[in-house]
Amino acid sequence: MKFLSALDMTGGYGGADIIEHCDITVEKGEIAVVVGPNGAGKSTAMKAVFGMLQLREGSVVLDGRDITHMPPQDRVHIGMAFVPQNHNVFVSLTVEENLEMGAFIRDDDINDTMEQVYHLFPVLKEKRNQPAGELSGGQRQQVAVGRALMTKPKLLMLDEPTAGVSPIVMDDLFDRILEIARTGIAILMVEQNARQALEIANHGFVLVQGQNRFTDTGKALLANPEVRRSFLGG
Amino acid sequence: MDILNALALFANFVLVPATAYGAQLALGALGVTLIFGILRFANFAHGELMSFGTMATILVTWLLQGQGVSIDPLPTALLALPVGILVAIAMALVTDRYVFRFYRRKRSNPIIFAIVSVGVMFVYAGLVRIIIGPADQNFADGERFIITAFDFEKMTGLSEGIAIKQTQVITVVVAFVVMGVLFWFLQKTRSGKAMRAYSDNEDLALLSGIDPDRVVMIAWIITAVLATVAGTLFGLDKSYRPFIFLQILLPIFAATILGGIGQPVGAILGGFVVAYSEVMLTYPYRKFLAYLGPHDWAPHGLVQLLSTNYKYAVSFIILVVVLLVRPTGIIRGKVIE
Repeated sequence: MKFLSALDMTGGYGGADIIEHCDITVEKGEIAVVVGPNGAGKSTAMKAVFGMLQLREGSVVLDGRDITHMPPQDRVHIGMAFVPQNHNVFVSLTVEENLEMGAFIRDDDINDTMEQVYHLFPVLKEKRNQPAGELSGGQRQQVAVGRALMTKPKLLMLDEPTAGVSPIVMDDLFDRILEIARTGIAILMVEQNARQALEIANHGFVLVQGQNRFTDTGKALLANPEVRRSFLGG
Repeated sequence: MDILNALALFANFVLVPATAYGAQLALGALGVTLIFGILRFANFAHGELMSFGTMATILVTWLLQGQGVSIDPLPTALLALPVGILVAIAMALVTDRYVFRFYRRKRSNPIIFAIVSVGVMFVYAGLVRIIIGPADQNFADGERFIITAFDFEKMTGLSEGIAIKQTQVITVVVAFVVMGVLFWFLQKTRSGKAMRAYSDNEDLALLSGIDPDRVVMIAWIITAVLATVAGTLFGLDKSYRPFIFLQILLPIFAATILGGIGQPVGAILGGFVVAYSEVMLTYPYRKFLAYLGPHDWAPHGLVQLLSTNYKYAVSFIILVVVLLVRPTGIIRGKVIE
């Protein structure tokens, strides 16, 4: 049993199932990437793991505990953090207030964690008193990830963290995500930039039409000719 | 030309009363804007919540006056105000628990919330009329003036005096203290920041573990405090008339929308702009111009742009113009969809 084992997930938003018998797992300190074509149900699978989607079948187990029916808010308390693709910062709050709100559930001293986030993203320290809405796209993503890290999560879930940022910023962001994984946090990430994401991934899950098509290590998927041809553009 | 007397006249009949009125409107608009920011609907019941809290304050004031309790020269109502606030908080929380929460759970459309709040408004209004009746109630006691027009004339040797009523000073002082505490709360405390975060991005607030029920409860508590303080100050300054609280919704909503919905600073700005516009447009400038013109000259008419009967039209015009020209308000706020 891995740290997170979301197995056999089947469900959708009321009508037809969007994901069917979908498995996603990740171990502590590792990066798992979910890739696939548009409309493959990648984001839906993420939402299912976080409990934002009613599952008809399957289960989600975190650290040996079955959390299939736990509401999303409660999952924050047991060490899951989720960074949505859009609207993932409080635009009218300053960078520092965003981080404080990330740590809302904590009653202990948050200054150390905040220093760690500033160490990871030095530009945020410079802009700590600026409203997050005034930052560039890449900086906003850093705030979004930083906010999620403030809860000291055991599992960090990122929904397309590099959407809409320049290639340079993307590389930088991936480097930081690697750094976060090294601290022992499990990272589950949905990515459009499949090739770059698989390069840093320990494990990759290729979804097609809501089902697992390929599951392997990142390296193996990159080397797999069928995966290359179908999803990575040759 | 007699500029000093003209200014004294203007201050006495426009600046001083409009400042007090503006502070009352600003407090009212803050409550509306806060509920809009957190619960995302236009709360038509806000005026009657002001009325309800004020009524409770008046009843306690009478009780205290009957017991001979007094804080002369200050009005007894200030002593009764905390009790009135508690009653209003209880009313707001009970209403939320049994009315608004139902629609919140159903994730109803904001327009349904607004209509529901109209219903709540009528219930509050009915309760007020059953309990205290529809008539005027005067509950102000204590010293009436801080400076009378006569004192001012004696002090300065001018022929126009500036009278400053104690209630006007209390209004402005209390309003600014309340606003100061509110801004401190929103900017510096964890709960206040959580409220701003929730207002900014509800989904992300949930992901951060912010409890929506708690945020909503605090929003109602603050709103009830603001409403009762605004209503009581308004009642002290003028008199308490239950029907006025339906009419006052218009300038309060105009102030809210003018300032930018969901923006506390905007609500305060809006309150003062509406108040000054209303008073300045309905003031007869005859005497004022006479002081500024040549000796022994005066305009023939009253030089009053609008009859005071039309004072609410000023708010209405501001409301319409803002919605047409800058629907986001002075400080970019939310746009009602």
